[in-house]
Amino acid sequence: MNSEKKVKLTIPEHEVMSPGHLACQGCGASLAMRYALKALGEKTIVSIPACCWAVIDGPFPYSAAGIPVMHCAFETAASTSSGITHAMSQLGQDDVTTLAWAGDGGTFDIGLQALSGAAERGDNLIYIVYDNEAYMNTGIQRSSSTPHGAWTTTTPVKHYKKGPKKNIVEIMVAHHIPYVATANIAYPEDLIRKIKKAKEIKGAKFLHLYAPCPTGWKHPPAITIKVARLATETNVFPLYEVTDGVYKINKVIKNVKPVEEYLKLQGRFRHLSKEEIDFIQQEVNKNWERLVKLEKAFGEDSE
Amino acid sequence: MKKVLTGNVAAAYGATAARVNVVAAYPITPQTTIVEILSEIVADGELKADFVKVESEHSALAACIGAQSAGARTFTATSAQGLALMHELIHWSARARLPIVLTNVNRAMAPGWSIWADATDSIAQRDTGWMQVYCENNQEVFDTVIMSYKIGENENILLPTLINLDAFFLSHTSQVVDIYDSERIDSFLPPYNPKYKLDVNAPRSFGALTSPEHYYEFSYLLHNAHKKAKEVIREVGKEFGKKFGREYGLVEEYKCEDADEILVTYGTIAGTTKDAVDRLREKGRKVGAFKIRYFRPFPDEEVIEVLSKAKKIGVIDRAVSFGHEGPFLSEVKAALYESGNYVPVYGFVAGLGGRDVSIADIENIHDHMINNEPENLIWIGVKK
Repeated sequence: MNSEKKVKLTIPEHEVMSPGHLACQGCGASLAMRYALKALGEKTIVSIPACCWAVIDGPFPYSAAGIPVMHCAFETAASTSSGITHAMSQLGQDDVTTLAWAGDGGTFDIGLQALSGAAERGDNLIYIVYDNEAYMNTGIQRSSSTPHGAWTTTTPVKHYKKGPKKNIVEIMVAHHIPYVATANIAYPEDLIRKIKKAKEIKGAKFLHLYAPCPTGWKHPPAITIKVARLATETNVFPLYEVTDGVYKINKVIKNVKPVEEYLKLQGRFRHLSKEEIDFIQQEVNKNWERLVKLEKAFGEDSE
Repeated sequence: MKKVLTGNVAAAYGATAARVNVVAAYPITPQTTIVEILSEIVADGELKADFVKVESEHSALAACIGAQSAGARTFTATSAQGLALMHELIHWSARARLPIVLTNVNRAMAPGWSIWADATDSIAQRDTGWMQVYCENNQEVFDTVIMSYKIGENENILLPTLINLDAFFLSHTSQVVDIYDSERIDSFLPPYNPKYKLDVNAPRSFGALTSPEHYYEFSYLLHNAHKKAKEVIREVGKEFGKKFGREYGLVEEYKCEDADEILVTYGTIAGTTKDAVDRLREKGRKVGAFKIRYFRPFPDEEVIEVLSKAKKIGVIDRAVSFGHEGPFLSEVKAALYESGNYVPVYGFVAGLGGRDVSIADIENIHDHMINNEPENLIWIGVKK
């Protein structure tokens, strides 16, 4: 028999999603769904608005997700899921998880009102935004999630995006929902734990999921995970969760890397001057300090 | 059980008797009391349903789409601006073949702000694939809500229905309405059990990217459902008549049999027109009234059968298609053209933005038809 030491897998082996989907090479969003469905299992119904995933899942009559997929209008991921979760409740299928799965455009921009409504009502659903920081499906146009300094087709090099990306997590925390978290495809154990945790909580849950897009960010498909990991290692995208208003930073990076290491891998930041990179570094530092203060003030150990 | 009810209460009671599972709605004058009453009925547990108090009409219809796709019977209600905000999802719900029922209190579109009766809001949804009914009185509102579920949920139809009632003339006016509880309605309306739904035991995707290979056929099938719906509407209307004593069709004739002139209308003006016909008959005029209930599917057969025998037709619209003429007029003329019979048709536009249309106005319309050549657009009572 096999004498090798068996490695204990921390990620469920069972695959819900099929490999025959239509994502680009190195797509962070397809990996994100694969992990999410490992965490949630087959008893899940997903609403997908206009976004990359409306294509990734496959055209009629194909579907890669392996669960019921409700394609819905751009701004309706949350409101469609509200309808589904109420139907499930009325039809006696409370064990089914209702998932809204939208891109940053469908969440930070056009779908924000419906999301706010569902959150305020406390509808029993998990809303996950897979954030690739622009309208990628329509060909890389800026959204309110596009970070300062980024090139997109509507913020061309000479007129790159000025101003910070919207802080969607704090917007959702302000709704007083039971669970809000960030997650990153480069940290699958943390991601899966958070989705499983969200599944066990009744009410509206929100996850901000970081999912690089090689096509739009202009980096080689092979380094998607590297780029994603650097986002957290540089504190550009810290991993934290807010459970019933209690902040917890899930990963404190010991040797924080300079933000330049993250930026230089991506063509969308290639035009940035040293001054701009310094400015972005300062902003990242400020945001991190703010988060640390929030954890101090509203964390488990706060008084 | 006879009760004195406003049109809005009749609509809410209709949804209650139909045992809807999910209601999602947003308040707008003059629809508001439908929402208020239903939220109370649900909160009191008289109706076992979830009421989703959404933050917009857009989300109201999106929630209905989600719930109906998951196998729930859903209901919503709105008016004017709210219906316009739903427009994207009005298309969506029809193409998704979801038999949602929506009562729309016909109200004028802004600006200027107007909360009064006008059918422009619903006419603007003409080409979405929804069935559209126009009600004359509050009894018809209650009955139509119940029949619409039965018609829409027929497995050969699977279409949503927009039920229209005139702002204030019905929404806030009390009339005697014979209502039934759910137990009585159950024998007429079976539970909603769609063949295809969001089901974790049989996962499917709904509404996916559709190439030119298939989209065309989806449109063809949607149109065919409308064609088939005409027969189902007639059958269900007859069955309802047998059970509850009031029979409905796509249209309603009033003293048309021997009429030389027929006045074609919809909504509350149809009731006024019947009274005007009675008065004109007393004066010896051979005139009839023809009420069109269904704007979609359009009842060509009935229109041809009844109207092509008359000498003159007058169509009264409480809406106008700017740059053309009254929307019902266009449909009636097109149907008569199909019949091959030339009947002169007069187009009247009246009562926009809730202006009263009196019996005297209808009598004047008839006088105009007797004494003048036909025209497509005759404005009634316009101040110049």
